[in-house]
Amino acid sequence: MGLDFTVVPSYFIVLLQGMGWTIAITIGAGLLSFFGGIIFAVAALYGHWVIRLPMRLFAWLFMGTPLLLQLFLIYFGLIQVGIDLPAFVAGVIGLGLHFAVYNSELIQASILAVDKGQYEGARTLGLSRGQTVRRIIIPQAVRAVIPPMGNNMIALLKDSALVSVIGVMELTLAAQQAISRTYRPFEFYLAAAFCYYIINLALEAGLRRVERRIAASR
Amino acid sequence: MDFELVLRVYPFFLEAALVTIQLSILTTILGLTCGALGAAARMSRSVILRSIGATYVSLFRGTPALIQLFILYFGGPQIGIQLDAFDAGVIGLGVNIGAYMTETMRGAIQSVDKGQAEAARTLGMSRWEAMRKVILPQAMRMMIRPLGVNINALIKGTALVAAISVIELTYTAQRYIGSTYKPFEMFLLSGALYMIIIYVVGQGIAWLDRKARIV
Repeated sequence: MGLDFTVVPSYFIVLLQGMGWTIAITIGAGLLSFFGGIIFAVAALYGHWVIRLPMRLFAWLFMGTPLLLQLFLIYFGLIQVGIDLPAFVAGVIGLGLHFAVYNSELIQASILAVDKGQYEGARTLGLSRGQTVRRIIIPQAVRAVIPPMGNNMIALLKDSALVSVIGVMELTLAAQQAISRTYRPFEFYLAAAFCYYIINLALEAGLRRVERRIAASR
Repeated sequence: MDFELVLRVYPFFLEAALVTIQLSILTTILGLTCGALGAAARMSRSVILRSIGATYVSLFRGTPALIQLFILYFGGPQIGIQLDAFDAGVIGLGVNIGAYMTETMRGAIQSVDKGQAEAARTLGMSRWEAMRKVILPQAMRMMIRPLGVNINALIKGTALVAAISVIELTYTAQRYIGSTYKPFEMFLLSGALYMIIIYVVGQGIAWLDRKARIV
């Protein structure tokens, strides 16, 4: 069976919808990983040990095991405890939590690197501990790690293909659907790869703009 | 926690862990080979080689490894490449991680002070001699740690071949989750095995890194 790319255009809409879902998942999980990363980092550094200890364990488990395995745990684990989430939500939560752990590590290191004088200065000006962390420390720490967090975001986009395995309708599953009707895996997976590549280029360009803005505002 | 179940199924997980270890070793070897070739191409004097290297890195880092694996395994037969799942897994993952290793190696080589190459050339060494005797020995030391990061990602990345039905750790976990409805137990069991593998490899890399330090 040779190659025949003429079948691809008739599934253009299917692939386009898949692309839309992939972008939606990336944005959803990206936001979750950003804010989750900040919350995890603050809890890990300033939290009571009752919070800190399970947090450490969670981070350790999530950084040491494959994302695909975690997706299975979240999807089937939630069903087991009686929470039947749509696959899309489970996928966003799984991807978001996974990358939140990585972002949290970046932010923790960055928080510790913020000059101590900033903390002391804010406290002297009468800000409470919580206010100091929220308004002085976090903004500086997060800003410093935007570039590496951007790299995580790019990794997230590509790893979003994994949620097809738990049945989330996105680009990879859209390609699979087309394949199940046409039996042309090479053509459609290549088309999907092309779509991912385009999103990836757009995301990289967007991140470069953000980085330039941050560099300019310093 | 159902410990009885864990005790009953763990031998299957151990067997699966062996497959994951085999996959990791073979993928590392292929990845390092592709990385070395890629880095050489990216730094070559030939424009054609340089653009081949750059295209390789851009395409393989710009698309999901899962899709690359699917193109090879499911699409391969259409262009006359018929591989069994394990081989497709090794080749797909190896060529993928090779693109990341290309950049790691190139970064390490380019971080060696320019003066070193200039001095070597002044002493009458050829470009290749300077690379082999002066630049690479220094660059190798610097690439151990970042390559270790790539290998760590690669070990976790081997889970992807579960999607093409290679019976390794993640596939086994998925199968037992389906048959026992005990996701937490199966996750912890396979997760523990992954973490042991990653820990041992991490220690090995840290040991290599210490040995390679000059001071």
